[in-house]
Amino acid sequence: MSDNQATKQGFWSQVFHLYYDGFRSMTVGKTLWLIIGIKLFIFFVIIKMLFFPNFLSSKCDTDEQKTEYVRHQLVDR
Amino acid sequence: MEELINVVDWSRAQFALTAIYHWLFVPLTLGLGIIVAVMETIYLKTKSEKWLATTKFWMTIFGVNFAIGVATGIILEFEFGTNWSNYSWFVGDIFGAPLAVEGILAFFMESTFIAVMFFGWKKVSPKFHLAATWLTAIGASLSALWILVANAWMQYPTGCEFNPATMRNEMTSFAAVALSPMAVSKFLHTVLSAWTLGGVFVCGVCGWMMLKKRNMDHCWRSLKVGAWVGVIGIVMTMITGDTSAVTVAKYQPMKLAAMEGLYKGNHEQSIVAFGILNPSKQAFDEQDPYLFDISIPYGLSFLATHDFHAFVPGIEDIINGKSYDNEGNEINTVSYAERMERGKQLQEMMAQYDQAARSGNQVVADSLKTAINADFKHFGYAYLDKPEEAIPNVPLTFYTFHFMVTVGGYLMLFLLLALFFVYKPQILAKAKWAKWWHILAIVTVPLTYLCSASGWIVAEVGRQPWTIQDLMPNKVAISDLSAGYVQITFWIFAVVFTALLIADIGIICKQISKRSQTNLDTVND
Repeated sequence: MSDNQATKQGFWSQVFHLYYDGFRSMTVGKTLWLIIGIKLFIFFVIIKMLFFPNFLSSKCDTDEQKTEYVRHQLVDR
Repeated sequence: MEELINVVDWSRAQFALTAIYHWLFVPLTLGLGIIVAVMETIYLKTKSEKWLATTKFWMTIFGVNFAIGVATGIILEFEFGTNWSNYSWFVGDIFGAPLAVEGILAFFMESTFIAVMFFGWKKVSPKFHLAATWLTAIGASLSALWILVANAWMQYPTGCEFNPATMRNEMTSFAAVALSPMAVSKFLHTVLSAWTLGGVFVCGVCGWMMLKKRNMDHCWRSLKVGAWVGVIGIVMTMITGDTSAVTVAKYQPMKLAAMEGLYKGNHEQSIVAFGILNPSKQAFDEQDPYLFDISIPYGLSFLATHDFHAFVPGIEDIINGKSYDNEGNEINTVSYAERMERGKQLQEMMAQYDQAARSGNQVVADSLKTAINADFKHFGYAYLDKPEEAIPNVPLTFYTFHFMVTVGGYLMLFLLLALFFVYKPQILAKAKWAKWWHILAIVTVPLTYLCSASGWIVAEVGRQPWTIQDLMPNKVAISDLSAGYVQITFWIFAVVFTALLIADIGIICKQISKRSQTNLDTVND
């Protein structure tokens, strides 16, 4: 796509082509995106879902219950 | 109780592991971001294809490091919610607000402009591209700002009020949180130290290429920018380090005492230039804290207060609540024993508040809330079993502080010499020892990373046992988890982050090696 063609197109089309052409012409970037993809999968799907639940949410349903739980932890200790 | 201590230790180890790994990626992003932006600015001024080639070379390295490092910090937020749930609830919106601003800035600034930076060379005007490069660099620093504001609040909680109805701290002044002396000095010291690391990294990579006699002109161009950014970075890091010391002396005197291994303070207090601590020394045991030390007279008094004659309290003085003015008159501050007592009274007041609120006695509840907030700075001391529990790990704080300062002094010398050689290249060209200079430049890169990590160890270990200074010790901040559960995730992180680090170093080395064999005086892609 020539520069002239790009300038005739709308803003969002230019943004789309910025990313589309950029990703297509990547060399080392493809390896990096693969690493980023694997990393995000490990972080958010495996680690977050299996090992890092929100502790208070797993114990309590409402904010009031969370307040009571923390009050017990801090005041009754 | 034994189990709880194990959970605290493992959770701390896990947080330290993930934070240190995360911090391996961040300073290079911050430092190289500025260096690349300066290089592109020179290219736009000179219109020289050589500068364009040099800019693109370093932009690739920046991109690799950014891509591998991105999202490694998100793990820390997972840990807050799981391992540190009491803390996460207790900090309320104070921690959430800066992190939300960081998320928005990181997403909109970095992810938008970094795309223009890498994909936009032929799509946008040169000036717009340059603006995108600068905005990426500035955006990265602004992201760091909000994380550091949140960290600074944990070191010096301010701009907030405790609400016993919700058991949360509520922000009363965003400006007080964002512009606290601790936040400002921490941000400047951290970001400018990243400039230093970026400059040293450029010197190290160029050292390797010059050792291989590859693209010498490109190396000299790179060194010109790298050495300047590095010198400005290290000079400003030292200046802001001085400001940080004054801030720590004022708000975290126990940390300063641990940094110096100082048990009994004095007027005109000397500073240890080099020392070996007495490993059997305990507070109040009358043993000499050092096996050997070389000290600079008046040094610590000046560093802490900018007054050569001022009194600097030691660990025992702080615990006893003793300090002195310049005339030698005793100033009684609050001893840790008294703070523990007041902390326990606050706990009782919170229980009374709960009863008053439940019985609908709002007048009493309001009065208790006011009383709680008036003395709240002592709250965390309620959980200490003895005053000595508030002493951080002195050897670790002392040695990492002195390592950081020593390497910082070396970096100043190294970067000034690197800058000197940039303007007198013939000296290095003729020198028989040039090879050793290049090797030194390579070795200095990991040394600078260690220096940077040491700074964080001083900041975080030096404030132990507090998760939030004076308000919440680790053993209260922690979730009721089993130690085994935390150990599993510790080792998972150790494996994942090590793999990422190997990938980062491997890809960066491969790119440097590959690209250094092409002609970097012309644009190759």
